[in-house]
Amino acid sequence: MTAAMADIVAVRVPERTWRSEAQAVTTVWRRDLIRFAGNRAQVMMWLIQPLLFLFVLGSGLQSLSAGSTDGVDLKTFMFPGVLCVAVLFTAMISAASLVWDRELGFLREMMIAPVSRTSIVIGKCLGGTTIAASQGVIVLALAGLVGVPYEPMLLLGAFGLLVLLAFTVSAFGVLVAVTIKQAQSFTWVMQLAVFPMFFLSGALYPVSGLPTWLGALNRLDPLTYAVDPMRRLVFNHLDVSESARRTLDAGVTWWGWHLPQVFDVGMVLLLGLAMMGVAIRRFSRTE
Amino acid sequence: MSRSTPPGIEVADLVKSYDEVDAVRGVSFTVPPGEVFGFLGPNGAGKSTTINMLCTLAKPTSGAARVSGFDVVSQRDDVRRHIGLVFQDPTLDGYLTAEQNLRFHAELYGIDPGVVPARMDQMLKMVDLADRRDKPVMTFSGGMRRRLEIARGLMHSPRVLFLDEPTIGLDPQTRSSIWRYIRALQETEGTTIFMTTHYMDEAEFCDRIAIMDRGEIVVLDTPEALKASVGADRVALGTADNDAALAALEDHFGIEATVAEGAVTFHVDSGEAFVPRVFAELDVAITSVAVSRPTLDDVFMRYTGTTIRDAETGGVADQNRAMMRAMAGAKR
Repeated sequence: MTAAMADIVAVRVPERTWRSEAQAVTTVWRRDLIRFAGNRAQVMMWLIQPLLFLFVLGSGLQSLSAGSTDGVDLKTFMFPGVLCVAVLFTAMISAASLVWDRELGFLREMMIAPVSRTSIVIGKCLGGTTIAASQGVIVLALAGLVGVPYEPMLLLGAFGLLVLLAFTVSAFGVLVAVTIKQAQSFTWVMQLAVFPMFFLSGALYPVSGLPTWLGALNRLDPLTYAVDPMRRLVFNHLDVSESARRTLDAGVTWWGWHLPQVFDVGMVLLLGLAMMGVAIRRFSRTE
Repeated sequence: MSRSTPPGIEVADLVKSYDEVDAVRGVSFTVPPGEVFGFLGPNGAGKSTTINMLCTLAKPTSGAARVSGFDVVSQRDDVRRHIGLVFQDPTLDGYLTAEQNLRFHAELYGIDPGVVPARMDQMLKMVDLADRRDKPVMTFSGGMRRRLEIARGLMHSPRVLFLDEPTIGLDPQTRSSIWRYIRALQETEGTTIFMTTHYMDEAEFCDRIAIMDRGEIVVLDTPEALKASVGADRVALGTADNDAALAALEDHFGIEATVAEGAVTFHVDSGEAFVPRVFAELDVAITSVAVSRPTLDDVFMRYTGTTIRDAETGGVADQNRAMMRAMAGAKR
């Protein structure tokens, strides 16, 4: 051993610069991807539920809804919502890995490294974004099966919205993860925040003509503002009657005002950035 | 030793309070570069809190500490660049392979990618894990994980290495090999080593030892000097009635004995000569006798009033302290 130690490989840790912070972001991000690659089956499980909604619920309820959708297949209608839901679940689950890092001790390895906590949070958010968006792409690839055309502008726009939503939900998940201290609390968050968010968002039903209470809750749900532009994008590329469009893609209104797509998108983005900001502040506190 | 080398660790009047509880109450010490410094004390004595402050995970309430010449509060990142840590609890990613864990570390510390493979080879060889480098860490035994943690803590060639109970729960063979690495490292890279341990036989390997109790350092010296300070031989008597024996020793010889690990224990200058007198003058039945030269156990007992094993299992006082520590921990 002493012989091997004789000519030791000298290393030094450089001073911190913005470049080393950028590298730290990449390192944290890449670790999430490595883990995802080794653990793909488990993450894929979170696709089962959205696909059940789409193909089973969508097909099963078709006969009930046929009269009111003006000939539009229920699966086609539900597709944009299901895209968003797939991203929602996966992004939350990816962010939960931070809670497990705390539970299993790995978080300390990151906390003690000479990198800013900001880089760790950004890396985590980007990791969740990548994984969740790639999950969304898998669902997007099924578009043809439910009568949504593979048009480049549609696919590109949908991809952009998926990435945006994946980022915002990841930021939310990371914020939750740095706030709660126990892994089991995360199950509660899924039950009390994520599932209601999904059901209230209008992913599975049109948001016009809802009962007042549901309409109000729907407008408070951030996911609504991701489903809305996604649905409008998909319907822009569908060949459906004017009346079907009015019922199914009425669009979100605030006291009668139709929210433009860019407003929806801007809100989701701002929300994501704000939550990431709060997560960074919380995470940076030293005891 | 060149003038420019700063002390490995310099601590002055360091205090940490959690609400009502003073976990660390004004400790001061200096560890010269390249020293192996042992930090001992019962559970809840404030060792972990002190380490957390030194490695920038906790902010001191008052006082100052410098590690490798950098202030732990105002130069936090510089401190972090120059220290390595091996925690008592595991901090590896079980899903990643040994190599991926080390690579993650190297990238996070910004080590020049050109030297990473060679350094990694060396570290993995040193801890005998070169042939397991591509295996996920979750398949490793406890000893292998600890060795990998040490290799990782050394990847970036820290000037000060903190080891919190590095050998706890490991088999004797792994323990001795870990000690070989620690010594080799100190010789080749001049690393300062700051460690806590519960094993008194390991504390003997340290250049100097500080014993901490109730948030304060009660004594600090070389193992030899500490043992000499206890001075006397240690006599442990197994008796039929410990309480009667304690009283009788007090009456006949003016000796204040204590019960440690079930035996009536006291210190006298020449144990072998004293034992026959005990048999002659004590009217309590004696079932066993052991006379030993002073060890670090005796030192520990002298300064903390308990053996380190009793401290582990915990008397009432220790339970209180452990509880206070748990409460302090919960506030974090």
